[in-house]
Formats: sequence, C-alpha cells, structure tokens
Amino acid sequence: MLDASDSYVTEDGRTIGAVVMEMKNITLRFGGVVAIKDISFDIREGEIRAIIGPNGAGKSSMLNVISGFYNPQEGQVFYKGKQRPQMRPYQVARQGIARTFQNIALFEGMTVLDNIMTGRLHHTKANIWQQAFWKGKAEAEEVANREVVEKIIDFLEIQSIRKTPVGRLPYGLKKRVELARALAAEPSILLLDEPMAGMNVEEKEDMSRFILDVNDEFGTTIALIEHDMGVVMDLSDRVVVMDYGQKIGDGTPDEVRNNQAVIDAYLGVAHD
Amino acid sequence: MFYREAGDFKTSYREDNQTFPIKFDRYRYYSVMFAAFAVVPFLINDYWVNAIFLPFLIYSIAAIGLNILTGYCGQVSLGTGGFMAVGAYGCYKLMTAFPEVSILIHVILAGGVTGMVCVLFGLPSLRIKGFYLAVATLAAQFFLVWLFNRVPWFYNYSASGQINAPERTIFGIAVTGPNTQAWATYLFCLVIVTVCALVARNLTRGMQGRQWMAIRDMDIAAEIIGVNPLKAKISAFAVSGFFVGIAGALLFAVYLGAAEAGDSFGITKSFLVLFMIIIGGLGSIFGSFAGAAFLVLLPVFLKNVLVGWLGWPTDMAAHLEFIIVGALIVIFLIAEPHGLAQLWRVAKEKLRLWPFPH
Repeated sequence: MLDASDSYVTEDGRTIGAVVMEMKNITLRFGGVVAIKDISFDIREGEIRAIIGPNGAGKSSMLNVISGFYNPQEGQVFYKGKQRPQMRPYQVARQGIARTFQNIALFEGMTVLDNIMTGRLHHTKANIWQQAFWKGKAEAEEVANREVVEKIIDFLEIQSIRKTPVGRLPYGLKKRVELARALAAEPSILLLDEPMAGMNVEEKEDMSRFILDVNDEFGTTIALIEHDMGVVMDLSDRVVVMDYGQKIGDGTPDEVRNNQAVIDAYLGVAHD
Repeated sequence: MFYREAGDFKTSYREDNQTFPIKFDRYRYYSVMFAAFAVVPFLINDYWVNAIFLPFLIYSIAAIGLNILTGYCGQVSLGTGGFMAVGAYGCYKLMTAFPEVSILIHVILAGGVTGMVCVLFGLPSLRIKGFYLAVATLAAQFFLVWLFNRVPWFYNYSASGQINAPERTIFGIAVTGPNTQAWATYLFCLVIVTVCALVARNLTRGMQGRQWMAIRDMDIAAEIIGVNPLKAKISAFAVSGFFVGIAGALLFAVYLGAAEAGDSFGITKSFLVLFMIIIGGLGSIFGSFAGAAFLVLLPVFLKNVLVGWLGWPTDMAAHLEFIIVGALIVIFLIAEPHGLAQLWRVAKEKLRLWPFPH
C-alpha cells in the first residue's frame, strides 16, 4: 500500500507523484435525497483518474463538489495538502482546477480564439485602465497569452477554425474547443465530464489520444467521468466506481474489473 | 477585388490583434477620421450640426455605453434616460459650482458620477436576470427623473425647474451656451466620441470584454473558468454608466442648452437608445454608430422627403413619420434581427470573394 507522499512509476514509464487532492468522507444531500454518501478517495499528481458508475450514481455531483459548484454537507476536501475552505467556483478555478462540461458550455457568441483566450484569465494581471488604453501590461499580456493559446490550438489541431464563431461548429469540434479552453488555464488538475459522450469511434479515438497526450506532455493530472468502459480501462491509472451515491470499488482497472460489487452494479444481481 | 485578405500576411500577434486587420478597412477608417476631423468642420452650418451631427455623435456615445451593458454583458437596462439625466444634472452642478474648471473635466466627472449611480442600480443584477432586471432598471429611470424634478437643489432652485447651460470655453472658444459656433461644438463632441469609441473598443477586445461576453453567453461556464460574476457585472454597469453619463452631459450642455428631467430624459430616451443598439447590432461598437445614425437620420430624411419634395403639410408629415419609422423598425428586425452590424459583416464577407460566388 502506498503512502500519500509516495510516488511510483507506471508500466509505460510515467511517474505518478504524491496525492494532490483528497476527498474525505464527502456527503452531499439535496433535501432528503442523498446524492453522495460518505465517499473518500484521492487523486495523485500526474495520474489519469476515472470515476465511473451507472446513471444517477452521483459522478457528476462528485465533480461538482471538486470544482466548487456544490458544497458538501459533511466531509473535507484537501488540495495540495491543505484543507480547502468553502469556495465559490471562480475561486476554485483560480487555484488551478479547470473543467469541461457534460453538455458543452462554450460561449456561443464568441470566436474559438476568444473562447480559448478566456481560459487565460488568471494569467492576466492588467487592470481595467491599462486595458482601456491598451497600454502597459495589457498589450504585452495579450500577446503572451496568444502565444500560449496558439500552442494549444496547434496541439489540438484546430488551427483552421481559429476565427470561426463557436456557434457554427459541429459537436465534435466544440468538445475539442472546450478542452482547449480548459487547457489554456494551465491547470494542475483537469476535470473532464464525459469528454466522449455522443462521439463516433474516430472522434473517440482522437479525444483519447488528446487526453493521453495532455497527460504525457504537460504532466496534467486528469480526473474524468466516462461511460465507455473500453476507453476508461485503457486510459486510466486508477478507477473509482460509484453506485447510488456510494463508493463500491477503487483501484487499477484490472482490480475494478474483477470486483464482484462492480460486476453486480453493472450487470445486475439475480434475485433469490 | 480590392477588398481582400489574400497577400495581407500578419507576422506578429500584435498585428493580428489590431482593430482593422484588413488593409482596406484600415485605410477606409483613416479616411473617415480624416474627413471627420479635417473636412467636415469647414463645410457644416448650424442646421447640419443641430439636426444631424450633434445628435448622431452624442447618441453614439450613449449607444456605446448601453451596448457594453446589454450587448456585451447581457444585462438589459431600461434606465438609460435616467442615467443620462444623472450625467446632465451632474455636469450642471459641477459647471455652476466650479466655473473656473474646464468643461472637459466636468463632462468626464459627470460620467464618473453616473458610473457610480449605475453601479448602485446594477446591484440587483447579481440576483435577477432578463426581464426582471429590465424592470428593476425601469425603477431607476422613474426614480431618477422624479428625484431631479422634486429636489430643487439639483436645479439650483431656479423658478422654472429647468437647468440652463452657462457659457464655457475650451482654448477660448465657446462650446456651451448661446454663442457657440457650429464647428466648435461639433469638434468638441467628435473628440469625445473618438476617445470613447477607442476606449470601448480596447475594453471589449481584451480580457475585460471576454469576461463580459462570457457572462452574457453562459454565466455558469464563465464562473467555472474563473470569471468573478460580481466584478464582471459591476464593471459593466460602471463603464456603461460612464459613457451614458458623458452622453447625457453633452446632450444637455452642448446640444440642448437647457433641459428638464421629465421632458429631456424620460422613458422615451431609454427606448430610443435601446432601439439604436438593437437595430445597430448588439455586441458591436460599429453597430452603436450605425444604430444611432439610422435613428437620427431617418426622421430627418423622411421629413425632407415628405415636406420638402412632396409638399405635404408639416403636421401630417410629422405623424406619418412616426408610422413609417415604426414600420421600418419592425420590418428591419424581421429581415435582419442581428442588426446593421450583421449586414455589414455579411457584406464584407461577400466582398472578400467578389466577383466570385464562392
């Protein structure tokens, strides 16, 4: 068993570091409905951590707790070794946690470039006066941000749609732009809520490749929710399985695959 | 043919970021600026300035202000008339209290005061959206007009309840009061419009503008990538109020010369400016100018046609004018709901390929 500060090397040669985020005994209720019940798990630096489970298991709620949308009634969130106080989502974003949404949440009226540039918000220090006269920090930062954004645009192969309004793009590309916007923030943890929902096989392959490349090249820690089991088992280092708001399994893909509770949850149990 | 990007290569992000990235656009802009500053002042007379240029320039500033709030940040406001009144009365109080200070500083300060008042009435926007916010700003409109009519301190206890702009000069040339020259008032407004438009353009193309647009397009997603909704909305109200206040101050001091809150800054002003940005194009600086031009020029144009060419009686022409302007607005909104700015964009896209269809 590993300690929180231990690191190890995976079979494919990536180094997985210490625990960067730890959820301790999280319970989330909506009135009488218990969405998440006493769940604990951790995310290690540099790993791809998947959260899976049947519909309504509480996966998205869990992601919303991490990104600050919901505040759990019980339990604590530890981030980089410190307990995180109750925060608004924009404060969580400022700490270096970026996310994408299950149903795309892009800014439809803006171009692809502007959407991705918005992700650079926290790397912009120019105040409103400097921006009003386009002097001082404002212009220099705009150019510096643009350079970072262009690298991400190259990386995700969306050069040709740079100046297209997002509303005109097809679904698969929108998903990619949303990933680009999250990446532009240079997050330490990237949360992906069903990045492959509604995609065909080729689009899924592309997206899988991007996720692996992001993890490999930028060393970004990734937590993702996904329904496609093949993808999850191939991509992730460790998997949390949820069902009816409870954690029923946690471990490497192989361990999870052979866990009887997980099999029961997915395939159902015979009634005696 | 002449309007194209091909061959117009950008070698730095700075070049790509400029307001008019296409060379032809840039020269068109320079020539318009040259004409506005160096040619028009020598040609115009009182009629042109009072009927067309001053209202166009002043309403352009108001439209830019409202466009920042409504078009860029998505917060509907029906309080523009009231906020213009704040600018006008603020400017009047400053002009009469500190007669030795330059009028330019008074106008800018009036904008600042309006910005603060606008923020105050914008605070409900943190909890309410859409129609409900529109009604809340409507309350601002009625409250402010009531305030300026009922509290004599605002109109310096004058018997008529009106405010009158005293004569003020810049470089020794009168820009307010009864003895102004047409070209002087025109240039004074033009300089302020130019600076306002540049500032608005810089704010909307940079990170501040992206924050506003993010709030407009999807506030939840905006918050998740780190936009502080409180700061973004409040800053939009402040900047918008600043421009609207400047427009109100100029309307009173330079254009009208005398004003009374209910008559000059009533609810019709709010709707007029709102129509301007809807017809011109929401979320576009060019659209603010286009909308202001449309609604200022159309009545003048119709009047000239009906009375001047067709020889109809003035009162009938005035009534027909209302009907025609209203009908045109409706037809226009059905044909091009995204406004004149969208027509302009489509025209430019077509021009890029012309004379080829694809």
